[in-house]
Amino acid sequence: MSTTRTETGPLVDGATGKWEIVIGMEVHAQVLSKAKLFSGASAAFGAEPNAHVSFVDAAMPGMLPVINRYCVEQAVRTGLGLKAQINNVSVFDRKNYFYPDLPAGYQISQYKSPIVGEGEVIVDLPGGRAITVGIERLHLEQDAGKSLHDQHPHMSFVDLNRAGVALMEIVSRPDLRSSEEAAAYLRKLRAIVRYLGTCDGNMEEGSMRADVNVSVRKPGGPLGTRCEIKNVNSMRFVAQAVEYEARRQIDIIEAGGKIDQETRLFDAKKGETRSMRSKEEAHDYRYFPDPDLLPLELEDAWIEQIKKSLPELPDDKKARFMRDYGLNAYDAGVLVQERESAAYFEEVAKGRDGKLAANWVINELFGRLNKEGLEVGKSPVSADALGSIIAMIGDGTISGKIAKDVFEIAWEEGGDPKEIVEKRGLRQVTDTGAIEKAIDEVIAANPAKVEQVKAKPAMLGWFVGQVMQATGGKANPKAVNELLKRKLAL
Amino acid sequence: MSVDKTTVKRVAKLARLAFPEERLEPMAGELNRILAWVEQLNEVDTSSVEPMTSVVKVSLKMREDVVTDGNQPIAVTENAPEGEDHFFAVPKVVE
Amino acid sequence: MSELTDLTIADARDGLKKKSFSARELADAHIKAIEKGRALNAFVTETPDLARKMALESDRRIAAGEARPLEGLPLGIKDLFCTKEVLTTAGSHILDGFKPPYESTVTRNLWDAGAVMLGKLNMDEFAMGSSNETSYYGPVTNPWRRKGANTKLVPGGSSGGSAAAVAARMVLGATGTDTGGSIRQPAAVTGIAGIKPTYGRCSRWGIVAFASSLDQAGPMARTVRDCAIMLKAMASHDPMDSTSVNVRVPDYERAMTGEVRGLRVGIPKEYRIDGMPAEIEALWQKGIQWLKDAGAQIVDVSLPHTKYALPAYYIVAPAEASSNLARYDGVRYGLRVPGKDIISMYENTRAAGFGREVQRRILIGTYVLSAGYYDAYYIKAQKLRTLIAQDFDQAFEKVDVLLTPTAPGPAFGIGEKTDDPISMYLNDVFTVTVNLAGLPGISVPAGLNNEGLPLGLQLIGKAFDESTLFRVGEVIERSAGPTPRPGTWWEV
Ligand SMILES: [Mg+2]
Ligand SMILES: [Zn+2]
Repeated sequence: MSTTRTETGPLVDGATGKWEIVIGMEVHAQVLSKAKLFSGASAAFGAEPNAHVSFVDAAMPGMLPVINRYCVEQAVRTGLGLKAQINNVSVFDRKNYFYPDLPAGYQISQYKSPIVGEGEVIVDLPGGRAITVGIERLHLEQDAGKSLHDQHPHMSFVDLNRAGVALMEIVSRPDLRSSEEAAAYLRKLRAIVRYLGTCDGNMEEGSMRADVNVSVRKPGGPLGTRCEIKNVNSMRFVAQAVEYEARRQIDIIEAGGKIDQETRLFDAKKGETRSMRSKEEAHDYRYFPDPDLLPLELEDAWIEQIKKSLPELPDDKKARFMRDYGLNAYDAGVLVQERESAAYFEEVAKGRDGKLAANWVINELFGRLNKEGLEVGKSPVSADALGSIIAMIGDGTISGKIAKDVFEIAWEEGGDPKEIVEKRGLRQVTDTGAIEKAIDEVIAANPAKVEQVKAKPAMLGWFVGQVMQATGGKANPKAVNELLKRKLAL
Repeated sequence: MSVDKTTVKRVAKLARLAFPEERLEPMAGELNRILAWVEQLNEVDTSSVEPMTSVVKVSLKMREDVVTDGNQPIAVTENAPEGEDHFFAVPKVVE
Repeated sequence: MSELTDLTIADARDGLKKKSFSARELADAHIKAIEKGRALNAFVTETPDLARKMALESDRRIAAGEARPLEGLPLGIKDLFCTKEVLTTAGSHILDGFKPPYESTVTRNLWDAGAVMLGKLNMDEFAMGSSNETSYYGPVTNPWRRKGANTKLVPGGSSGGSAAAVAARMVLGATGTDTGGSIRQPAAVTGIAGIKPTYGRCSRWGIVAFASSLDQAGPMARTVRDCAIMLKAMASHDPMDSTSVNVRVPDYERAMTGEVRGLRVGIPKEYRIDGMPAEIEALWQKGIQWLKDAGAQIVDVSLPHTKYALPAYYIVAPAEASSNLARYDGVRYGLRVPGKDIISMYENTRAAGFGREVQRRILIGTYVLSAGYYDAYYIKAQKLRTLIAQDFDQAFEKVDVLLTPTAPGPAFGIGEKTDDPISMYLNDVFTVTVNLAGLPGISVPAGLNNEGLPLGLQLIGKAFDESTLFRVGEVIERSAGPTPRPGTWWEV
């Protein structure tokens, strides 16, 4: 597997100089299907032991696989979302090895002829930088079951509920160069599959997991020996695992050692990777085409039909947000990360000031959602409500400061922001008479300050503050400023 | 291509067959005879021949995504030599 | 009532219809024959209670005028078919005590057609063998003996229990499976008929897999017509088997017109192998003459890659088997032999559970698929398979059917060939090509040799053209004259 990336990435320091980290990822994304890839048992997460198991999944004698059309379609959809080549003919192979959670003694996977070939993913990084990560392939395969080791003193228990669930294995080229890039890539991949609706991206339930291949090299040098870190199940862990593993490898090489190509496990509690001793035996998977299945042939017309049904994907949406709403790349990137957030934003921004809407969604709404650990779909302030707050800012009904209070009230107590403003008398005072009255009072009460401000115009802010206080914050700040300047003859 | 004792041992390991030391040598002999016999295929030039993928000339049929199976943990596990609470039980696996 | 067991399926069907006897009587006669024939070791499991229960239901249906096509006809089932809640062993120790919670599609089709199950028939372990001597449950004895001798002979294999039970009148018919000749070769050496249908004709769902790309179920019975009747019921398109083909199942009996005038019969010259016994050559010539006399046109054809079929088979079949048999690991069903850890549990279980021949094939299969050897063996063999299939395609441009011997010789003695695997493999030399190309092949009883042992002729057809095989097969059968009974020397 060769890297398609030509530019040098960020470097890290070692005792002997700078090092470059080279990372490739194999991401297993569970297809969002009702039934399993080759059997009619449910693919739903969480069930009694061996309840979501058919005789096919348990590899009972004489049982045969029949493929789920929907899973094939989702793989094609995902491939199209990765701008990848869809292969008209692909083949299911058997990957042979013995393990208690692999009932047939082989996993049905795709080896030489995967359903999806080369594609790419554009990954945005902070600071407006973007990298293109090559996708080598995507193939369909079965998930394994689960062994539980802590239920019994000398037995492991096997539950086959996961066995046979459809996975898409998405293999990147080693085009990533830092923990940050690796996490950003995974985040982007997750966004794409969630946009497509092909995988829920739920890393906690394991519906998306990454095997991370890490090696280090001197900048521009040949690729080093890589270690594969298995089943890393959060963005944060990906970053931690890369950091730890790169440092471990650099330390070994700098101490005169050599990296052994091996499979390692990430220990989330310790933040370390460690060798998987059980893999000491060299594998020989004896792949061969599964004779129970014929080659999978896809017609162009079907692929075309799937292509037409694709939603607008994050990259296109981002470009449109920048073009139509005048957003900067960073803000647009943040907004399109989740399809729901982008949709929320668009509803807020419809016919309103797009930049203002983006600011509010990103800073106020996301800030608040994050704090409470809520998803945008669960926001107590609807897009409609936030939109009307922004409309009220736009037409001067309320100030930005009051708007935050209105948002807070709407969040805590609910209700229509317009009514909140009316009922609580939060409307901005634009009546110059009332403002003038307040100004006159402040000037009259503070003759010394009036003298000072003439010499030091920056003190105007103090007067503004006093007037705002006197009006309960409702005075239009622009009007206050202008009137004050006139009255103070500044 | 000839098979020796070490190869038989390696292949038996891959196939998860316990193989007593004294049977390795005779088995290597048997395998070698069979392999030598099948190697007559090398007489045929197959450089421009596609390997057969399937004898039936039909395309792979597909199922709809409907749950039609499962919810029978007893039937699934009742033949198991060892188990508990509808789990299959095996000697403890490390890692 | 012993004459009931002498009936053909067709005659028994008519007798039941005319109420000359009841299904219960028919079942009882066979149950008795099975009890008397235990010395042949044809059955692994007898199911007399089930048979009587099913027969009573058949009698009820016949009385109610609701008879189905196979109503009340008692059959034996090769122990490779999973039968619900009935022990299914595949002739192996490793499936010890295994009672499937499901019924194979083919047997389900038979029961749905009204057939009655007499029990499960012995077979070579996992269908790997040509003599039924690899069964964990012991060898099956052929009901036929050489004239004036009492040497025990093999019934062929792997469907040896099926063949022996049919020939010995313990069942009216039986299911078999054929991966390299396992229906046709035992049929030939026990003097009965058996057909391996086109790959994809019968569902493989619920049949313990040996080599998935070659395995095919088929009927074994005493006449060609009986096979036609059974196959009509066994065959179906099965959505649960991705390789089952969705084509109409014709009424095979109606295709048996007895008419072969103008039919082009190909004689492949490559089947005239070195060291072919004179009696086999003579039999072949007889078959050619019979068809000529019936008005068929004899055409010499060439199948140039024939000699590579057997070695290609002994790469592909073990390769697929090595993977198919990986599921027998002592975890979910069958035998478990403890070990100090999971790996040694696997190794001990599989070493104790699989017999010698199965282990040998697993090793070969594992070896030919392993890194570095895959292209040289497995891919090479699959390429030969393409050439073999092309040979047939070309021949079938010129002819409608091919005629060959079924087996290179008559039944041999138990233990005679067990020491040399390759000489054992050679029993399938005429049958295995058909499996590699997925075509249908039928073995038809064609008389006895000088020693009084039955021999068979094979007809090979175009894909999904079993009808022609039944039609031509019946003409050969008629020309050969009725096969005598093998006697009843084994009865207790
Ligand atoms: Mg992988
Ligand atoms: Zn994978």
